[in-house]
Amino acid sequence: MITQEKALYNIVIIGNPNTGKSTLFNRLTGVRQRTGNYPGVTVEKKSGEFSFEGTSFNVTDVPGTYSLAASSSDERIAVDALTGHIPGLARPDCVICVADATNLVRNLFLFSQIADISIPTILVLNMMDAAGDQGLKIDTALLSERLGGIPVIPVVARKGTGIDDLKKSIKGICSHPVIPAQIVWPDCVNIASDVVAKQIAQHSLPALSPSELRRVVFDSGSSILDRAGFPPAEKQKCLDNARASLVHAGYNPLATEALIRYEHLNALTRDAIIHPEEPVAQKSESIDRLLTHRVWGLLIFIGMMYLVFQSIYSWAGPLMDVIDAGTGWVSAQVAPFLDQTPALQSLVTNGIIGGVGSVLIFLPQILILFFFISLLEDTGYMARAAFLMDKLFSWCGLNGRCFVPLLSSYACAIPGILSTRTIEDPKARLTTILIAPLMSCSARLPVYVLLIGAFVEPVYGPTWAALTLFAMHFIGILIALPLAFLLNKFVLKTPPQPFVLELPPYRLPRMMDVILRMWERGKEFLIRAGTIIFAFAIILWALLYFPRPENVAQTQRTTFVEEYAASENISPAEVTLKLSDDTDLQARLEAHLASAYIEQSYLGRFGKFVQPVFAPAGFDWKITVGVLASFPAREVIIATLGIIYNLGDDINEESQDLRYTMSNEVWKSGPHKGEPVFNIPVALSIMVFFALCMQCGATIAVMARESNWKWAAAAFCFNTALAWVCAVAVYQIGMAIGLS
Amino acid sequence: MKTLNQLATGQIAQITHIDATNQTAQRLMAMGVLPGSTVEIVQVAPLGDPMNISIAGRRLSLRKADAQCIQIK
Repeated sequence: MITQEKALYNIVIIGNPNTGKSTLFNRLTGVRQRTGNYPGVTVEKKSGEFSFEGTSFNVTDVPGTYSLAASSSDERIAVDALTGHIPGLARPDCVICVADATNLVRNLFLFSQIADISIPTILVLNMMDAAGDQGLKIDTALLSERLGGIPVIPVVARKGTGIDDLKKSIKGICSHPVIPAQIVWPDCVNIASDVVAKQIAQHSLPALSPSELRRVVFDSGSSILDRAGFPPAEKQKCLDNARASLVHAGYNPLATEALIRYEHLNALTRDAIIHPEEPVAQKSESIDRLLTHRVWGLLIFIGMMYLVFQSIYSWAGPLMDVIDAGTGWVSAQVAPFLDQTPALQSLVTNGIIGGVGSVLIFLPQILILFFFISLLEDTGYMARAAFLMDKLFSWCGLNGRCFVPLLSSYACAIPGILSTRTIEDPKARLTTILIAPLMSCSARLPVYVLLIGAFVEPVYGPTWAALTLFAMHFIGILIALPLAFLLNKFVLKTPPQPFVLELPPYRLPRMMDVILRMWERGKEFLIRAGTIIFAFAIILWALLYFPRPENVAQTQRTTFVEEYAASENISPAEVTLKLSDDTDLQARLEAHLASAYIEQSYLGRFGKFVQPVFAPAGFDWKITVGVLASFPAREVIIATLGIIYNLGDDINEESQDLRYTMSNEVWKSGPHKGEPVFNIPVALSIMVFFALCMQCGATIAVMARESNWKWAAAAFCFNTALAWVCAVAVYQIGMAIGLS
Repeated sequence: MKTLNQLATGQIAQITHIDATNQTAQRLMAMGVLPGSTVEIVQVAPLGDPMNISIAGRRLSLRKADAQCIQIK
């Protein structure tokens, strides 16, 4: 091959799953990496760069794959990346094939397929430390010779050993390309390729390369012929004719490639890989027996999940308080400067600063959650979790890999939906995305705490309160799985998909990798969800602020003064005097005004207008406004209720004032006039509504991005309808059976 | 004709035949599962499915339905 010296080379890293490819990628690129998408698919594309001795290298990490016979979109990406079929990604100058040294022959299968494509390749043997522990000896020089002189570099990516040698090799291969040695194919394979070549020529289509022809012959589902323009009607006949020579030679046509390649690989590695006399018992294997045990494995798993979630709540809590306080502090600093322009002041403090705060407050949970997920994934434990949970999911068309995204959605659906990328099967992935919002996310918790604390616990005691809390969390998954079943059966009409998952050996993760991944997810959340949450916060602010007719302030102030005078048995003039220096009274007046403003606002008016729709669920107009205000973001309801009930906007779900006020709210008109607004059925129906409704603009946006707008809109409408039906049912049944 | 899904925890067997038309079988063959390979059932998941099998130098989670394409002795 021609020697070429360039300033910039393109590298692609490929390998079997679980070979430490990501760690190697991180070692090469460090923080100079970014995650994106391959065009047209939601497959993650990791790219980065590094420099070595004056030359720059663009590195792209393709999804792990066992074979270039692409059966999933992940695997197709790998093939396309190597052959330069991905728009925007140049055909690589060099391919780095990463192999697990502890299972080298099987890892070389992919390598041997890549060799067929004739690109300069480097074989990296990763996990050499584990190989050493197992007593394996690998003669890299011999391997290199047998592979046609390409570099074979032993590394331990986790520790960083061998990376400099690798960089040197990369530079060397790019400037002096060497392609791997090819397999000598038996005649029957060459005859089969010729048959296909002739057929292509007969249809006057551009010729395919020898390796493409072989892929057509070997793969049961190759898209190469379709892409070349071969008439689909004649495809099967062409393939059958071609494969006839394989059958004639005694091969099962679809098993031919595996048989021939492994025969070749076994010969190639003879004497180059030396196994120990006595197999060294691996600690990893006995741990595995325990962790996948039907009883112990399950118990340990439940314990592990409990620990993770407990940690998230206990670590995130204080951090969220800090962010809350910080937002409040910033608001307080900025507010005085804008005293002259109340609208702008409100926009900046409540809208903008409040909006930013409402995004940042999610960040601790998301980071901690993804820290644990990345940690557990890198140790290999997550695969065991998928293994243990698979049966729970297989009946409804999902698989064990759906477990982590759904579990994550219990903290927040946004990272949950983002982590569905690990689900290979596209229909299972779509279904998981659609049901993720039903998992009771942490933004719903304040609503439960408020309502259960105010109405369930005083009457039924702490045990029932805890049970109700549990029930609210459970409702989601109780509905989600049958929903998934119905979706798969009637809407997506998915045929049953196979599910094979490799359970990698247990390994100590590299902290830097875990932190990088955690940070990547956090960044993704801030950018994707953050902008939407912020936008909605502003819109909501506007709907709750405007219009602000001047006369409202006057009339309400008069009303307040008169009411207070009457209750304290003093004259209105004395009240007005008191107001000038009693800050407590001033605060109460402010709260009263705030409540009146909400009633006047666009959202307030809309809430009153729409209230009849929610009447069957027992909601009055104030609850309706609270619910409507929560559509973009659930947690808003507490503050909104606080304002509507004249308590100002500094309320949280623990507030005794709020609970007291709510308990004493009474219907002022309508069929329930004089009765308390809040009773157990109403509390339950509000909670059920929140449990099932997709009140999160950011989730809708992320859902739309990971699937499309049609699905997101459909999910939103369906969930809202479902929430309404269930809330009404709960209220009506509750009232009928006479729950107080 | 015994198939892989019929094995119990702890049992070891040898693969005699693989139904190559099956999608799972093709993925497994690429991973090095071939006639003559040894397979051991390490554990079976709590609800009876899937199986944790040791095969071709790896541990795999394989559903019993997908394991039917592999004949063993």
